Amino acid sequence: METTITEKLQYGLVDIEAPPLSLRQLVWLRFRRHKMALVGAVMLILLILYATLGSLFFTEAYGNITDTSIRLQAPTAEHPFGTDTVGRDLLARTIYGGQISLMIGLTAVIIQIIVGVLIGAISGYYGGWIDSLLMRFTEAVFNIPTIPLLLVLSKMLSDKVPTIEILGREFSGSVVVITFVIGLTSWMGLARLVRANFLSLKEQEFVTAARSIGASNLSIIFEHILPNTAAPIIVSATLGVANAIISEAYVSFLGVGVLPPTATWGNMLNGAYKYIESAPWTWIFPGTLIVLTVLSINFVGDGLRDALDPRALVEKD
Amino acid sequence: MTRYIIRRILQAIPLLFIISVMIFILLRNSGDPIAMMGGRRVTRSEDRERLTRLLGLDQPMHIQYVTWLIGNDWMLVDIDGDGIPETPGLRRGALRGDFGNSLMKRGVPALDIILERLPNTIMLMIPAEIIILTVSLAIGIYSALKQYSLVDQIVTAGSFFGYSMPIFFIALASMYIFAVNFRKWGLPYLPTVGMFDPKVGKTTAQIALHMVLPIFSMSVISISGYSRYIRSEMLEVISQDFIRTARAKGLPERMVLVGHALKNAALPFVTLVGLDIPLLLGGAVVTETIFAWPGMGRLFIDHLGRNDTPVVMGILMMISIAVVFSQLLVDIIYAWLDPRIRYT
Repeated sequence: METTITEKLQYGLVDIEAPPLSLRQLVWLRFRRHKMALVGAVMLILLILYATLGSLFFTEAYGNITDTSIRLQAPTAEHPFGTDTVGRDLLARTIYGGQISLMIGLTAVIIQIIVGVLIGAISGYYGGWIDSLLMRFTEAVFNIPTIPLLLVLSKMLSDKVPTIEILGREFSGSVVVITFVIGLTSWMGLARLVRANFLSLKEQEFVTAARSIGASNLSIIFEHILPNTAAPIIVSATLGVANAIISEAYVSFLGVGVLPPTATWGNMLNGAYKYIESAPWTWIFPGTLIVLTVLSINFVGDGLRDALDPRALVEKD
Repeated sequence: MTRYIIRRILQAIPLLFIISVMIFILLRNSGDPIAMMGGRRVTRSEDRERLTRLLGLDQPMHIQYVTWLIGNDWMLVDIDGDGIPETPGLRRGALRGDFGNSLMKRGVPALDIILERLPNTIMLMIPAEIIILTVSLAIGIYSALKQYSLVDQIVTAGSFFGYSMPIFFIALASMYIFAVNFRKWGLPYLPTVGMFDPKVGKTTAQIALHMVLPIFSMSVISISGYSRYIRSEMLEVISQDFIRTARAKGLPERMVLVGHALKNAALPFVTLVGLDIPLLLGGAVVTETIFAWPGMGRLFIDHLGRNDTPVVMGILMMISIAVVFSQLLVDIIYAWLDPRIRYT
């Protein structure tokens, strides 16, 4: 067992005269004690390295070469993960697909945070009819089942955006569509959480103090109240990345998500259920990568939740 | 209590109204139903115009919505395109159970198509929900009572794993293990797709056998999530004073656990289960697609792909109604279970 601060204090191992731990140090200390969170963090770094460093060994074009003469080949030395239904190399595709999947996860969460925080903050801070209007809207979106809604939206928009080029690489426009669609269908929980925190925080003295020195509403919302509700937002965002990756996989799996040739872990699985028996490598590798990513993000999120819990922060250790 | 229930039902109506408007606007913009109706034949432009008028797609959006909601059999519509409404409308509107006719299966009411598939979905949902609730309660309570035991550690780690799995991966992996490899190893194996073996016919035993893997896939994620939740709730409740009091006054342990601890731990659990019903219904889309189960989820995917708006709209509305009402039910159960809540 690691010695806690309390024990260290007891045995005089800690200099009591030393300045108290900062919030950041305290959070890191608590996060470090959460073994699974550390494992998750390491696993996540490895997965990110896999997706980024892997592109040094294969070009994206290599992952998009179709050669039907070698279709559905079992893993060999030349194609360590085997090939898919049109003979593309699965190893290269998991690398580039990973980049897209992780990017969709992160960007969708940024959109989710922007929308969720804005709606939650405005609703909680201003109250009244704005609050009821926004909350009725939130409730309505909340009550439409997510996966069918995602499917409708992605199908509606996925071929509307032309192929785009960033940094010399071509992305199917559907990547952008899916990112926005996922972001715009997942903010409701966050909005409710932020609203609830704003409702209680806006009654506190520091807000009255800020108002009395003439701070504007915008400044009170973003500079005074929002930082105080950062912890739950961080936790929710972390877990949100995992959910966004899963959502992308769902829609792409059902064939209305990111369109080929751009690979994602999700669309590599599209149609894979037809090859459960004959070509299990087509779904085992991308599927496992999704599970590992989601698992490690969930571990990290769980660790962050414990580490950032304000109730736990006031404990002696 | 009655007033509370009535008030909650009245609140659900505007909510469903907003949902239906949102879905309606979305679906009207999501593709051209007429292009799909033409099938392989090239639709002539005059046919297109006639069909557009026949389906009422030439009308402004709000008129289309009103037609969808309350029908147009009380007014005249313009079918021949001369600008003068002359034919009485035939639509009765969703409020009177008419969701329009399917475009994919010409002339069949959308509602009939949905209702034909609905029992199959319910057949999966109800056993799945029963298994989810009993297993997660059992696991959760057990690992809370035996905290930090080996079983608890294994279950906690396993539940984390299960919670992080997308449904399709569980489905694919379980099919690979229990159907493909079991057959390879000469063990009794489970069927993978469909509802029954056409060689045997639609017998109860066949359907039950084909239900095993879909239900398994649907349950794993929820069981993992719920059992973790129940465990932490139970741990919190067990450490409270009233449990000590109950034990001190000599109540048998079973009574303490079921009557006192579980009843309090179950309160937030009820809300959680209610909120997760949309998740389960959404998951049915994926599960039914993989297992080729002829339910509402697969119907949704098939008809969405063909822009069959009436059917898609009908399914989305039905799921939304189910979700709204299950939440209503949750609130009522909550108020009934927890005497601290004043339902005014």
